[in-house]
Amino acid sequence: MKLNNLEFNLNDFASEMAKLKNEKHFDFLVTIVGEDFGEDGLGCIYILENTQSHERTSVKAVAKDRDNAYLPTVCNLWKAAELLEREVYDFLGIKFLGHPDMRRLYLRSDFQGYPLRKDFDMDPEKNKAPMFDDPEPDYTMQYSLDNEGKLVAKKKALFTDDDYVVNIGPQHPATHGVLRLQTILDGETIKKIYPHCGYIHRGIEKIAESYTYPQSLAFTDRMDYLSAMMNRHALVGVIEEAMGIELTDRIHYIRTIMDELQRLDSHLLFYSCCAQDLGALTAFIYGMRDREQVLNVMQETTGGRLIQNYYRIGGCQDDIDVNFVDNVKKLCAYMKPMFKEYRDIFTGNLILHNRFKGVGNLSRENAISYGCTGGTGRATGWHNDVRKNHPYDMYDKVDFKEIIYNNGDSFDRYMVRMDEMEQSVHILEQLIDNIPAGDFYVKQKPIIRVPEGQWYYSCEGSRGEIGVYLDSKGDKSPYRLKFRPMGLPLVSAMDEMLRGEKIADLIAVGASLDYVIPDIDR
Amino acid sequence: MFDFQIVTTWFDSLLRDTLGLGSLWSIIIECVIVGLIILTAYALLAIALIFMERKVCAYFQCRLGPMRVGPWGIFQVFADVVKMLIKEIFAVDKADKLLYAIAPFLVLIGSVGAFSFMPWNKNAGILDFNVGVFLITAISSIGVIGIFMAGWSSNNKFGVVSAMRGAVQMISYEMSLGLCLIAAVALTGTMSVSGIIDAQSGPFGWLIFKGHIPAIIAFVVFLIAGNAEANRGPFDLAEAESELTAGYHTEYSGMGFGFFYLAEYLNMFIVAGIAATVFLGGWMPIHIGVAGFDQVMDYIPGFVWFLGKTFALVWVLLWIKWTYPRLRIDQILKLEWKYLMPLSLLNLVLMTIVVACGWYIK
Repeated sequence: MKLNNLEFNLNDFASEMAKLKNEKHFDFLVTIVGEDFGEDGLGCIYILENTQSHERTSVKAVAKDRDNAYLPTVCNLWKAAELLEREVYDFLGIKFLGHPDMRRLYLRSDFQGYPLRKDFDMDPEKNKAPMFDDPEPDYTMQYSLDNEGKLVAKKKALFTDDDYVVNIGPQHPATHGVLRLQTILDGETIKKIYPHCGYIHRGIEKIAESYTYPQSLAFTDRMDYLSAMMNRHALVGVIEEAMGIELTDRIHYIRTIMDELQRLDSHLLFYSCCAQDLGALTAFIYGMRDREQVLNVMQETTGGRLIQNYYRIGGCQDDIDVNFVDNVKKLCAYMKPMFKEYRDIFTGNLILHNRFKGVGNLSRENAISYGCTGGTGRATGWHNDVRKNHPYDMYDKVDFKEIIYNNGDSFDRYMVRMDEMEQSVHILEQLIDNIPAGDFYVKQKPIIRVPEGQWYYSCEGSRGEIGVYLDSKGDKSPYRLKFRPMGLPLVSAMDEMLRGEKIADLIAVGASLDYVIPDIDR
Repeated sequence: MFDFQIVTTWFDSLLRDTLGLGSLWSIIIECVIVGLIILTAYALLAIALIFMERKVCAYFQCRLGPMRVGPWGIFQVFADVVKMLIKEIFAVDKADKLLYAIAPFLVLIGSVGAFSFMPWNKNAGILDFNVGVFLITAISSIGVIGIFMAGWSSNNKFGVVSAMRGAVQMISYEMSLGLCLIAAVALTGTMSVSGIIDAQSGPFGWLIFKGHIPAIIAFVVFLIAGNAEANRGPFDLAEAESELTAGYHTEYSGMGFGFFYLAEYLNMFIVAGIAATVFLGGWMPIHIGVAGFDQVMDYIPGFVWFLGKTFALVWVLLWIKWTYPRLRIDQILKLEWKYLMPLSLLNLVLMTIVVACGWYIK
């Protein structure tokens, strides 16, 4: 989608945004892109979606004064903005007025400068590799304007004196990566969770600004490694859309099949990890055993198991393997009885029901407000499947059900994934026999330049909407490339879901949310 | 039937008559030898159990388990023991050093103490008091203190949460554990381990047959509660590795950790052993009242019966552990205080009625 940004006067920005949300039902804040607009100043692009008509729009807000940039917060309208605005503050130094917790999100609190500003000094002397721990402040800042229009900061403490704080992570078996959940406990009961991200932050968006487009493709597989195909799909999708490349049917078929294989792989791992986190190790091994079969099928064509490197701008890296069609058919036949086995050993287990049902409830309103897409959103009754709402490739031509559950608890989140696996197999079966002949790659110029403009394109990743925002100035590398992570909204909603629950539920809810840390941190 | 008294009387007369030692010396020598036998059996059984756990769980999970060290991987556990022995033991900063050092031994003492009550064969029980069953529950509950001290003293927040969980859970489940044993005592009329086994000698004399419905209920509840008491899945909350990394023994290394590990496996054996003794007749062979069959059964030595029954129950415990997900602490306590404890109380009443009216197999 090429963006046509709405622009509002900063003075009535808040009320215009409220109007968009309340009157035009743009109640899903897809993402906030912080960007350095050069001469115009620093600013943000808010991408919004109407959850009824699935219409999308974007709003641009610019803070003129670079040294003292501030914008009004929108986190009172969309809770997703709580972490998204912190991310913008972290990378661009824009302060959000009225935001209750204006700290850095990814970088260390003693980091000098704001890296996504175009005038950021990359001299390594400025930010030496530190030999000491992050001097993490135990307070946060809230900014507001006083009567004369000057920025005033107010300090707020994060903890009270008798809080019992336990760090779940960054090295913890149940966070599935290096995420730190600073949890305030009252006995076994959770009072508050502060997520700390950035332990595997690699600055992918910053590096991409100096890489050519084909070079920047390599990053996507390393974000959410369980959604490697879809991440890459979103990135090549935005570039192809911007360049107006027409793909052959064969490419559409192959991409759809690969996406679904990847989804199967990811959901099998989800099932395994759920079992592992709840202590059912046999179910865990069963899931891993079958995931192996999926990986084998993908490996024969792509050569990779985790890092696939398969799509490229204008098609795929290579044609499908000669045995691919047979193998996929065998896989589909193999998987179907396994779903019953999962039901027998784990889904039907009474202990699982006790651990999952009614635990970590998320209402539909909150799911939309936090932007929890994917299985987490669909478990609350929110129809958010990008494959249905903004069909791409073959998804408008194949028959599949969007799995919707309505309770929004951990068990429904789990069931959405379990049912989606069966739908993935169903999609594979429809496509695999009919892959048309044709080119697997539409030849591109040696140097790829994307025409000027701003684009947003999204795919249904394994755990939500993976979106890519691309701002091109017509060069061979992007001016600004921003990924919409699938996991960040899930992490920001954890506090809401878990307040008042037991610490063991944090593990259960974390397992059912199925976030992947490199995707959050990028 | 093989009577172990032959061995003990021969050894005693060897010391007293052949070597001409006095009463004091022969008793001292006998005690030392028995103690050594207990500890060796304890270590060997732990190794056997660890190996069994690995292989059994591997087969449940469609794997092979350890295969590299020795044929079929049988030396894997020995390699692990050696590794554990040569690891450095280091103290944690700001830990309560004394409690930190004592805790593994307390856990081990409780476990070895209860282990000494195992009736291996006819007249081969090492400890046998007239309040035997009562003493077993008393000694085995020393382990809770060890777990609590370990979690508390190691200056680790996960450890404290785990210690709290361990203490709450183990103290709770001791209720139904004790009540189930009392139900058995009500039927046999004695608390001594050998007395309980002697009471199970007749045709279909095992308590589980003899006491039919109440005994079966008590047996099942005992296994559940015993599983919880031994901190085994699905009740392994105290060391729930996906929540609390390793719980109370997070900060232990080397043999400090090794002792907890040993005790965990032996506790499983002890729970299975007591269940086998009290409900399945211990070393007593099965008798069905047909003279020929009973005689054949009697030819099988008692220790084979005892180990066979115990390992069968250990296998059941492993089966449970590797199938079920973990419960949550409040669900565990709910299970005990709302269901198991009232059930065992009712069961005790039922058993008393059965005994009073003589409705059991005599």
